[in-house]
Amino acid sequence: MIAKRIIPCLDVLDGRTVKGVHFVGLSDVGDPVELGLKYAREGADELVYLDISATVEGRSTFTGLVSRIAESIDIPFTVGGGIRSMDDAARLLDSGADKVTVNSAAIADPGLIDRLAAKYGSQFVTVAVDAKRCGGEWMCTVKGGRDLTDRELFAWAREAGERGAGEILFTSMDNDGTRKGYPCDVYARLSGMLSIPVIASGGAGSVRDIADVLTAGRADAALAASIFHYGEITIGELKRELKGMGIEVRIQDDKF
Amino acid sequence: MVAIIDYKTGNLDSVCNALKRLGAEFVLTSDRTVIERSDKVLMPGVGEASSAMKALEETGLVPCIMNLKQPVLGICIGMQLMCLSSEEGNTECLGIFRSRVRRLQSSPGEGIKVPHVGWNRVTSLKSPLFKGIPEGTYFYFVHSYAAGICDDTAAATCHGGDFSAALQSGRRFGVQFHPEKSGAAGAKLLKNYLEL
Repeated sequence: MIAKRIIPCLDVLDGRTVKGVHFVGLSDVGDPVELGLKYAREGADELVYLDISATVEGRSTFTGLVSRIAESIDIPFTVGGGIRSMDDAARLLDSGADKVTVNSAAIADPGLIDRLAAKYGSQFVTVAVDAKRCGGEWMCTVKGGRDLTDRELFAWAREAGERGAGEILFTSMDNDGTRKGYPCDVYARLSGMLSIPVIASGGAGSVRDIADVLTAGRADAALAASIFHYGEITIGELKRELKGMGIEVRIQDDKF
Repeated sequence: MVAIIDYKTGNLDSVCNALKRLGAEFVLTSDRTVIERSDKVLMPGVGEASSAMKALEETGLVPCIMNLKQPVLGICIGMQLMCLSSEEGNTECLGIFRSRVRRLQSSPGEGIKVPHVGWNRVTSLKSPLFKGIPEGTYFYFVHSYAAGICDDTAAATCHGGDFSAALQSGRRFGVQFHPEKSGAAGAKLLKNYLEL
């Protein structure tokens, strides 16, 4: 049976990791490659690097960083943040990224999903969806939840899948940062409706929350940032606890 | 020297990076003589089967590949092209492995999603590629089509149904998963291949 994936997310600003800078035992705590290696050694199933740079120089630094990550890290990694066009995606995939995640740009130009999937294959395209409850509906937002769109979550996720997305990364903006858990009913509906994998993101405050979204929420993977960055729990500890709860996870084996 | 067949199917960097990490000498090439003189041949591949097969045929390397005596390892689409045929784009393939490649069936209600993306266990291991690798070890998969179980199956995995995770026919090998992205287990498999 395929294992549920645990995916740490690293925010990168001008080539440096901007969370979790208090780690001990790393020679350069701000270096995204070192932090990624640490997570991979602990048993992360994939990594996500999000470029939060706002400048051309920052973006160019990120591209160079992607090449270094590809050289050093032997598990899959996804990159995102600021991908507006085929050229942006091509620059990152050609530098060695295994997947890209597109969010606002896909809502503004849904054809971007078709073009990326046709050129690179669905497995290279993750569509990130940030949505929040609005009246009785879940509506998609852009710009980190600041702007509401007229796209309804379930309809948009289905359309993204039909256009060729390989995975959906769904964040509930009502839960993100609250550390009170995920809206499992929404995840269960989304995952049961889509033939492609769903990655849950935003809201995890405990192992129980992650266990719940992978079981009741039927998510195929869970992405988290702060609980790993602030060293509350290591990925190895988390996965051993999940396994103890009967959830299928890959426990890192170093004995080869 | 490992020859990595370059048939212009896009990103071959991850395989090159994995060989670099293992300290192996390799060359990315579509030169018949270089391939024939190499000790090992790797055939990676991404994308859609019919266009990958067409790209491989356009290199003119098919007769050369069929006659190679040294170990050959196909990865992902590279492995699929070594099968009899692929349902993807109704593609006739090289016919090295006696298996047909068919689309995986999704079943969201049972949690079976396609693409099959993530880490899955490999079982029924019977190939020197898996020397020192225990039954049930996880490898990283990402694909929507898979080769059925056949006499050449050297490892199996299950996603909805059973299919070949690895194939072997003599000195020709294929893996559906990505050893170059499978952490320590993947590095061990590549090392086993390099030491054949």
